[in-house]
Amino acid sequence: AAAAAAAAMLSLDFLDDVRRMNKRQLYYQVLNFGMIVSSALMIWKGLMVVTGSESPIVVVLSGSMEPAFHRGDLLFLTNRIEDPIRVGEIVVFRIEGREIPIVHRVLKIHEKQNGDIKFLTKGDNNAVDDRGLYKQGQHWLEKKDVVGRARGFVPYIGIVTILMNDYPKFKYAVLFLLGLFVLVHRE
Amino acid sequence: LRKNVEDFTGPRERSDLGFVTFDITADILNEKNGLQTFRNESTSIIFDWNVKQLFLYLSAEYSTKNNALNQVVLWDKIMLRGDNPRLSLKDMKSKYFFFDDGNGLKGNRNITLTLSWNVVPNAGILPLVTGSGHVSVPFPDTYETTKSY
Repeated sequence: AAAAAAAAMLSLDFLDDVRRMNKRQLYYQVLNFGMIVSSALMIWKGLMVVTGSESPIVVVLSGSMEPAFHRGDLLFLTNRIEDPIRVGEIVVFRIEGREIPIVHRVLKIHEKQNGDIKFLTKGDNNAVDDRGLYKQGQHWLEKKDVVGRARGFVPYIGIVTILMNDYPKFKYAVLFLLGLFVLVHRE
Repeated sequence: LRKNVEDFTGPRERSDLGFVTFDITADILNEKNGLQTFRNESTSIIFDWNVKQLFLYLSAEYSTKNNALNQVVLWDKIMLRGDNPRLSLKDMKSKYFFFDDGNGLKGNRNITLTLSWNVVPNAGILPLVTGSGHVSVPFPDTYETTKSY
């Protein structure tokens, strides 16, 4: 009973705090929050422009590029048109109609005089090339399928994204706590 | 540095298929930016503390009527930090089928084979490095019709 009473007291204190914040402070907090979100978005868009890629940072989702990359590794991509696609490069591409990007290595390229290029990919850890993964009837990938080329990477950090995807409760918990923290934080 | 051994083409429906047998002799440890360094200078330039592995690949590059530039990976290998950095492979067959997009291998006099590698760090940039030394291989003018590969 004492524990329950203590808990009730604590939650009342908490509510008091919130009530004490007058309307102006609340609006200020909301604006602050808005600024943080906008800055983050601007940085992301800036990265998209600088790298030329629609998704400059991706998380490795499968083990098909082991032992180089593992699930949860973070990759930094560029997709500049001036950089031609060459064998040996690690490309992140999307198959038409599918959302999930794939990270594999370029195995063959055939490029025409005018720059049109068609290429084949394969995961380092796979026994066969990716033809089986492509769309029905599709034998090659083209520039338009490419999200970017992997230029750098950091291990492990992307695990958080995978956790949030696989365990939605975890994602909601994180978002809820963040929201709470921002609204209640006095600065 | 590599050497090479001869080859022949075989028709497969529409596209040329080339067969290349090769030897690879490479001393990766002492190659830096494509230039060979002398032994008494620094060693272990390639495999420093931040290098997890090297992804080596032998690629054939050539031009055909259909396509201005073709590159085909014939063979690849993962060399982990700690593996013997000296390669001495003889009489290797290509790991992957050397199909052309069309019939550009027959009579093609200039196929360049190069050994390159992707440096995979523990964290950081992923550069592609081309080894020094490459070999030019010509394909014959005729097809081989009977093949046991």
